[in-house]
Amino acid sequence: MSYMDKSLTEIHEALFSKKVTSKELIKESLEKAHELESSCNAFVSILDNASEKEVTDDLLSGIPYGIKDNYATKDILTTASSNTLNNYIPFYNATAINNLNKHNVVGIAKTAMDEFGMGGVGITPHTGIVKNPWDLTRTPGGSSCGSAASVAAGVYPYALGSDTGDSIRKPAAYCGIVGYKPTYGMISRFGLFPFASSLDHCGVLTRNVYDAGIVVNAMKGQDVNDMTSWDSSNIDLVKDIDSDIKGKKVCYIKEICDVSNYPHASSELKEHLANFNKTLDILKNLGVQVDEVSVDRELLDKIASVYVVISCAEATSNMSNLTGISFGPRSTEKKDVFKMMKEHRTKGFSPLIKRRFVIGSYVLQKENQERYFRNAARVRRLIVEAWKDLFKTYDAVILPVGSGPAPLIKDCVDHVSNDENTILEEHLQVGNFGGFPSITIPNGFINNLPVGVNLTSNIYNDIVLLNIAKRLEDAMPYQNQIAKGGLK
Amino acid sequence: MNYQVTIGLEMHCELKSNSKVFSKSRNTFSGTPNDNVTPPDMAFPGTLPMVNHKCVRDAIKMALVLNCDIPAFMSFDRKNYYYPDLPKGYQITQFYNPVGTNGNIDILVDDKVVNIKIHDIHLEEDAASLDHYVDTSVIDYNRAGVPLLELVTEPCIHSSADAVAFLEHMRSTYKYCDVSEGDTKKGEIRCDVNVSLSKDDTLGTKVEIKNVNSFGAVRDVIEYEIKRQSALLDAGRENEIEQETRRWDEETKKTIRMRSKADAIDYKYFPDPNIPPYVITEEEINDIKKTIPILPIARKKIYEEKYGLSSYDAKVIIKEKSVSDFFEECLKLDIPAKLASNWLTTTILGKINELDIPLEEFYLKPEYLKQIIEASTSGVISSKQAKEIFNKAVEEKKEPKTYLKENRQISDENELHNLIKTILDNNRDQVKAYKNGKTNLFDYFVGQVMKETKGKANPNLTKEILTKLLKEI
Repeated sequence: MSYMDKSLTEIHEALFSKKVTSKELIKESLEKAHELESSCNAFVSILDNASEKEVTDDLLSGIPYGIKDNYATKDILTTASSNTLNNYIPFYNATAINNLNKHNVVGIAKTAMDEFGMGGVGITPHTGIVKNPWDLTRTPGGSSCGSAASVAAGVYPYALGSDTGDSIRKPAAYCGIVGYKPTYGMISRFGLFPFASSLDHCGVLTRNVYDAGIVVNAMKGQDVNDMTSWDSSNIDLVKDIDSDIKGKKVCYIKEICDVSNYPHASSELKEHLANFNKTLDILKNLGVQVDEVSVDRELLDKIASVYVVISCAEATSNMSNLTGISFGPRSTEKKDVFKMMKEHRTKGFSPLIKRRFVIGSYVLQKENQERYFRNAARVRRLIVEAWKDLFKTYDAVILPVGSGPAPLIKDCVDHVSNDENTILEEHLQVGNFGGFPSITIPNGFINNLPVGVNLTSNIYNDIVLLNIAKRLEDAMPYQNQIAKGGLK
Repeated sequence: MNYQVTIGLEMHCELKSNSKVFSKSRNTFSGTPNDNVTPPDMAFPGTLPMVNHKCVRDAIKMALVLNCDIPAFMSFDRKNYYYPDLPKGYQITQFYNPVGTNGNIDILVDDKVVNIKIHDIHLEEDAASLDHYVDTSVIDYNRAGVPLLELVTEPCIHSSADAVAFLEHMRSTYKYCDVSEGDTKKGEIRCDVNVSLSKDDTLGTKVEIKNVNSFGAVRDVIEYEIKRQSALLDAGRENEIEQETRRWDEETKKTIRMRSKADAIDYKYFPDPNIPPYVITEEEINDIKKTIPILPIARKKIYEEKYGLSSYDAKVIIKEKSVSDFFEECLKLDIPAKLASNWLTTTILGKINELDIPLEEFYLKPEYLKQIIEASTSGVISSKQAKEIFNKAVEEKKEPKTYLKENRQISDENELHNLIKTILDNNRDQVKAYKNGKTNLFDYFVGQVMKETKGKANPNLTKEILTKLLKEI
């Protein structure tokens, strides 16, 4: 009998009725973690000393979970999958971790990620490339690659992720699971190693929408340590999650969803968009009004570059603390402190990150800042306003995630893409521009590989978002599915 | 040749607060390195800034004092550069929307009012401090994140005397407003100085001298730069005056070139995404206005016009808030203004100078001073005794009135009358001589009275009674 591949509710019932103990769950989870590590390389650390917690009537109590390695965990190695922090043990917990600990949760592993959250295909962790448990030749997506792979494989029912562009919501799609990032500031970012502070969100990867609501309920809360956090104590994300969604209004954007936008569409992409249309039909059958809307194509085309400019700029500044002076591995250079910092950074960062730092520095330079950084900020606002316009009428925007299932690892290169599929690959970044609550759920298979659909709502509208997502999920057969390729 | 000298100042002043400007660490002077440190001060990954509301309010207060335009909202920006004393790799400061811009303030230079224009005033954090040894350097993060208020003047100052007067005035104003200790010895005030020389009213090439840490050094730096740049201009070598950054070398008393403008660092300022803009409401401004005390120049005017003090005395009193507050406390206790002023500007300031303590730590509070002054004016003690009691009270830390009894002046007419009569009876020969014209013996009789009373006889009364009795004989 296995439990770690079940939903939180099922596991909790088994625990509460004493069919299984927290200790047994930990054993099962650790065994699966080790097995997945050998097949998918999903972890930075597996916490073999994890100890059981008292089981209460709390749905999360006594149950194992995974933690993306950019959440500071007290006394536990936390590397953000970077060599610049390969020996770093924080002496403080991220606020989200402290909040979860109040629910007697059991951390089982620190999951591998694209270095500092930069990257979308799981090829930059310092511990090696992470593989998709549905097909080991494919990427699980990134940057929350280890969290997505391990939840999909059934190592535990949920893992924490972070999302700066789509780092929770895209791997969720590639791994056939649920990925949810709530409204910006609902979960404190204190202790989350930053990538781009104005875009960074904490969130969770689960195998069903209800579990995502439960976990974020436990992670959230205003925090004096994060000035951008806000009081959500009156928000219960699961209380009305099963409400009828008849009469709700959802829209999709023609310029993104219509196959005619992609004259060179692969059969996979065609199938993906056709499948998306089927999902729209399901929504309609649930009584939801589904409308096609138009957004200025020129604006949509700017999403990717706005993201690159803003995220790289913030990243280059955010990561200036990584000098190896007061934490992180010390450089062997002893005489010149500037050489010491330089050596630490040259050796520690992967080429991909360095390239982004160069972009970030360039767009912030005095002579370039107006043209790039400031303009990106302006266009960001225009894009957010375009979405907010939609939210005046619609409860959510629904869009397909990516241009199909997970790509092959060998085809994965980090580049600023400029082909006709770019908008499909990058539109989730709008959720980060606006701080919008956004959730990806699985909506089918193409060539036996899972694909996902995304729903995004206006800020503070998380309850409605989860409600629609849950009802849509209930109407499809992909809830709690497990990838069979990672574990025997 | 004489040139038009133009000076601009940047004055960094540490603010008083319980905690640092962006973290919960204590903001107190500590002799133990790395004593006041929490994770954000060392920029451990994932830590975030928390703006200290008290520091923000103090910054707004000073912006108001400097008659600045206060924006509807202010924000914080990152100044990015690498240096081992800068844990985050950027300093949080205010570049785009500082707390105050476009201000001005009157200062007094030798009784002349000079108006200094303020470009802006902004709140920022200090860096850690470094100590260098022979083969190693150490970092003390106590100072990292200490609140700093930086004010930047327009290039509108034209002499080292005006520059130093401005800095003195600002230090005093900070103390008046209770936002800073303003102690240059502890490095709480640091300045950057810009100096340019020109033959006419157009501004010459600006030379910046960084990290000048005392007002005396500011004066020396300016004088040195005037000399250095004048010599170059005199010699027709103006092209050698570069737009550059120099530093002051305290040992050689020279400025030394650090880098030219061409090598200036691009700080890549951009808004800190972790700190939402701070909205400054009309209500908050009015609230803060109520906490601004009457400032030195206004006090000086009151002291002169209402209390009749000399301009000199008034200036001495307003220089430090503690002195001015002491004076006003005396007035509240109904001590006559001039007496209070005399005691304060001569005796008390002399004494605390001698003891090398601030007035706040001085034992003799206004109420004790009142005991001495009252005894003195009512003739109970002589002015000489008053000084003695003052010294004793300060030395033994006892209320002056405990000494008043033993030092009471004999002013009772009968008592003195009898005493003097006895003395004259015992000195018949001298009285005879006096009567025969040896009038300088009068002082001898006074001396005898003082001897008998151990100096406590009221001198005026003694002379009066003596004259009368000698006449009667």
